[in-house]
Amino acid sequence: MSTVTGVSATDDPPGPDGRTPLRGVSASTGRLGDRLFGGAATVSGVIVIATVTLIAVFLIVQAVPALRDNQASFFTSREWAPGGDTPRFGIVEFLWTTVAASTMAMIIAVPFGVAVALFLTQYAPLWMRGPAAALVDLLAAVPSIVYGLWGLITFAPFFKPIQGWLENTLGWIPLFSPTGISGGTILFIGLVLSIMVLPIVTALSREVFAQTPLAHKEGALALGATRWEMIRTAVLPFGRPGVISAAMLALGRALGETIAVTFLVSSLPDGAAWTWSLFNGGETFASKIANNAAEFSNPNKTGAYIAAGLVLFVLTFIVNSIARIVIERRKAFTE
Amino acid sequence: MSVSRIGAIGAIALSGALALSACASENPAPAASASSGGTSGASAADCFSGDLKAEGSTAQKNAIDEAIKAYQTACANANIDYQPTGSGAGIKQFIAKQVDFAGSDSALKTVPKDGKVEATDAKNACGSDAWNLPMVTGPIAIAYNVKGVDKLVLNAEVAAKIFDGKITTWNDPAIAALNKGVTLPATPIKVFFRSDESGTTENFTKYLHAAAPSAWTYDPAKKWTGQGEGKEKSAGVATATKGQDGGITYVELSYAQQNQLPMAQIDNGSGPVELTPEAAGKTIATAKQTGTGNDLALKIDYATKEAGAYPIVLVTYEIVCSKYADAETGKKVKSFLKSFSSDAVQKSLTSLGYAPLPTEVATKVQSAVNAIS
Repeated sequence: MSTVTGVSATDDPPGPDGRTPLRGVSASTGRLGDRLFGGAATVSGVIVIATVTLIAVFLIVQAVPALRDNQASFFTSREWAPGGDTPRFGIVEFLWTTVAASTMAMIIAVPFGVAVALFLTQYAPLWMRGPAAALVDLLAAVPSIVYGLWGLITFAPFFKPIQGWLENTLGWIPLFSPTGISGGTILFIGLVLSIMVLPIVTALSREVFAQTPLAHKEGALALGATRWEMIRTAVLPFGRPGVISAAMLALGRALGETIAVTFLVSSLPDGAAWTWSLFNGGETFASKIANNAAEFSNPNKTGAYIAAGLVLFVLTFIVNSIARIVIERRKAFTE
Repeated sequence: MSVSRIGAIGAIALSGALALSACASENPAPAASASSGGTSGASAADCFSGDLKAEGSTAQKNAIDEAIKAYQTACANANIDYQPTGSGAGIKQFIAKQVDFAGSDSALKTVPKDGKVEATDAKNACGSDAWNLPMVTGPIAIAYNVKGVDKLVLNAEVAAKIFDGKITTWNDPAIAALNKGVTLPATPIKVFFRSDESGTTENFTKYLHAAAPSAWTYDPAKKWTGQGEGKEKSAGVATATKGQDGGITYVELSYAQQNQLPMAQIDNGSGPVELTPEAAGKTIATAKQTGTGNDLALKIDYATKEAGAYPIVLVTYEIVCSKYADAETGKKVKSFLKSFSSDAVQKSLTSLGYAPLPTEVATKVQSAVNAIS
């Protein structure tokens, strides 16, 4: 018989080793504590839900008038000329850049992050696990502005020749066809983003892998599995929901990352030819809004940018929902 | 404004400079750039004590900071606050009577825009005529990075074609014709433009449009209409140009200097002109006054053929009431702007990459400031 607020005296009878039991008087904080804590938790929950709802309402209210005046198709137009008498704007370009760069980041960061997590939990010698994990976590604490600067000053010159080689060698694949953009390509942004989100994937995956029941692992080994087979049959299935939620969290960050991207990205001039190439430039939702925030001169123009922000909001929301659904479904198989 | 703050963090991290500002046209000059100090035009008798609030253009932010520093050296009790939120925001706040004067990249518009006429609204807010006083001028450099080319001459026509992607290699005959005796490589030209909307872009395209109307057919705008690759703010285009052989961009003088980028000389029809504050001042001096009386709104003649004039310049204004409803405020504005327009302060702006007002204009501005009440 336990209460919410504390451990009841009856939970802990004296053991055979002669310990004294918990004293009932100090073990419970009584009804007042119950009410305070319950109330605080409820209020916090309501505030969070209300905030998210209000943000959504704010975005919609601000965006709708601008969208109504829009002379071009919001979802399919590549123009971006909000404000003025005949505003024309569409998001397809930002959507492509955002999704392409984030996908690139995921393709690189997830397998790599999982591998790092497996190394840290299954392969690394015990003395190394703690410090190495702390180092990876430290990567997550690096502010994104630092990644932006590092990308701009150190990584970009290093990546330029690699990009040139890729363009020359694999240029026949539409995804790698050469463009006139020298730096700040979608691929480059994706690479920097992957480094930024790697620690998120690693840290969360490491947590779940470390919780794999010893019995599963030992069982696999006892049946004659090699270490890789043990990981494949015991650790990975157990950790899968965790890895998926880690990936989605990381994707959320990649989609919304602003500063580093704004620093690095190369935007395209009006009327640039459409290409699927990852070596093209382009702006993401977040960088476009951040870059132009200083010139929000009239409500209509602001509304256009807010409408773009709304799309990013919905995009992130969808990603998170998918993650939830996947995790719920996976749980049934692993438990 | 969080964007510009972020820019500031970048600037600090980059250079370690203490300049705590980063705006569309910021100038991350080292804090060591000397203030003209107590030698400024504010004599002790002019000093006011209390607050003066202004807001507007980011392009003049560093200049006005310098002027405030100079003023406060003489008048320790004066508290002047300039918020670099952008020209549009400054004018809006001025009309709403939230600030005492506004800084703007362009004079108050006399034609309706979005159903409002700025000049009329400002006049109503003041209860008297609102004046545009040119205070800070800044030259815009065409900065480039081509291996082995230290001296480059361009004219409006060729520049327009380069920035519009019509000329694509450095050894194009059109460039070679202007640069006899210079060996130009076959490097492709990489144009970098400002991806954010900016007064620098607007003034640069105004120049191209005015001086080479057949080569640059787009309307001047804050948003880039030519070709190339966009980078964030002045720092972004300057860094990108520095890191790319064959790169070219348009950027404020101070950024070109700090990145040690060579700057093209402009041939306005009377021979190549190197970018110097004096050469830029010459263009300002040829500008036509469009306002009447003490309203000194200028129309710059970008197509000027004046010998020795560097034509790509930007002028920023202080927008003031000719007669303030509150006489005390009028005195404060007058006192500060008197110091700002003084020769000493104007000269000190040169080290920040601005150009001092040419004498003729400065005289007019000074007499207009004296007429504020």
